[in-house]
Amino acid sequence: MAVTNLKCRECATEYPLEALYVCERCFGPLEVVYDHSRLLSGGEDGVLDVDGLRRRIQAGPQNIWRYADFLPVVDGPPAPSGRLASRTGLPAGCTPLIRADRLAQQLGLAEVWVKNDAANPTHSFKDRVVSVAAARARELGFQVLACASTGNLANSVAAHGAALGMESYVFIPSDLEEQKVLATGVYGTKLVAVKGNYDDVNRLCTELSAERDWAFVNVNLRPYYAEGSKTLAFEIAEQLGFQMPDRCVVPIASGSLFTKIGKGFDEWRELGLLGNPACPLPRMNGAQATGCSPVASAFADGQDVCRPVKPNTIAKSLAIGNPADGPYALDLARRSGGGVDSVSDEEIRAGIALLAQTTGIFTETAGGVTTAVLSKLAARGDIDPSERVVLVITGEGLKTLDAVRGTFETYEIDPSVSAFESRVPEAVTV
Amino acid sequence: MAVTVKIPTQLRAAAEGTSETQLDGATVQEVLNGLYERYGELRERISDEDGSLRRFVNVYVSGEDIRFLDGLQTPVSDGAELTILPAVAGG
Repeated sequence: MAVTNLKCRECATEYPLEALYVCERCFGPLEVVYDHSRLLSGGEDGVLDVDGLRRRIQAGPQNIWRYADFLPVVDGPPAPSGRLASRTGLPAGCTPLIRADRLAQQLGLAEVWVKNDAANPTHSFKDRVVSVAAARARELGFQVLACASTGNLANSVAAHGAALGMESYVFIPSDLEEQKVLATGVYGTKLVAVKGNYDDVNRLCTELSAERDWAFVNVNLRPYYAEGSKTLAFEIAEQLGFQMPDRCVVPIASGSLFTKIGKGFDEWRELGLLGNPACPLPRMNGAQATGCSPVASAFADGQDVCRPVKPNTIAKSLAIGNPADGPYALDLARRSGGGVDSVSDEEIRAGIALLAQTTGIFTETAGGVTTAVLSKLAARGDIDPSERVVLVITGEGLKTLDAVRGTFETYEIDPSVSAFESRVPEAVTV
Repeated sequence: MAVTVKIPTQLRAAAEGTSETQLDGATVQEVLNGLYERYGELRERISDEDGSLRRFVNVYVSGEDIRFLDGLQTPVSDGAELTILPAVAGG
């Protein structure tokens, strides 16, 4: 295994690979540390067989476990299926990266790609992080999965619990979209609707995690869980022929996805898997809804930390007013030459429509945020026409139907040609 | 005024293993000062050198984040619950 220990991102204190997430000395977040010397021929001073490693990755399973060398799991014993026990369940990843020429043309850009992570088993990128957290939870001997969720994570934890035969508890804000509630309860989880916003739910789960011997995937298992988001960077790079794009536009809620995509590119770049290790990171652009934009506000104000806000936006999956990784997201945006922007609810609806009508991909409100921020960057002239841009779409439009209700007309007619021709004006001109 | 202070697991080793304790004080700052007097090691774990809260420490008074109130000057009433939690959860 390549994973060696946990380490505080702030003070570098080291910890064993247990269900820990906070440094006892400074309260900083713990991160997983890897030793990739095993990948080098001849040990620590050896060289990486880049082509060999690329071929091994390409020959791996059609899911995130093709990147197992870069994920925080220990190889467990084989399951009856022959696969490793840690990797059974609900495999995620290997979602399409689609060249979106019509979207690019509309925005006056040369090359835009859409990474459609709605194609995961429960239709959001959360399946990546939950797959990793659930695998590690089983290795650590946990019987119960749990989470604090804005919806997509709820779907994923409930489904992974069902697939793995683990009991699960899912905590959500009580005002969540009906589609996300239904798509959680169906898996037989214990669904707890908390009267409050996501930050209230998160506080409750942080307290509960100290009292229950459960694997709260985004609390006490967070260092492992967050690593799953790196697989988005790995896939984008692999799908582009082991190259990095020039720019990525990514939604920001806690900031974990955003920062881990940066870390994924960094890890492969440093190893030489993406060509010259000295080449720069993609410009990382974060996307928030104006109704919950603590990171965008801090970026605009030149601050290093985020002031928490009370969310008020239709983009509920991004409605985290107190983003845990806010400072690191700010650092990545600045370090990479990117930025963090926010868009209004009206712009979010327009973003959903733009993506749907130029790519055939129906995204949820978070994807509307991301698409609208890309539009804003293009309109502002921030993107060089020669850039290769990747738009990260994290979730499925069928989960947030209210956002598009009433945004188009349906022609209701009698079943006759004359009724059709008289009521549907465009048709008679064809 | 007696306030119940809830101590997170990560800080209990520095607080003789206790999970909660009773303290007096009219503001969050006064209650925390009492906590630091009782368990000296907690001061540097919770506070920066300038006396403000560390970046990854959240403090709640009866469930509300004090950053939405008056920060360390937030008044606390008799019987209130002051909860200290890590900020790096969720998402």
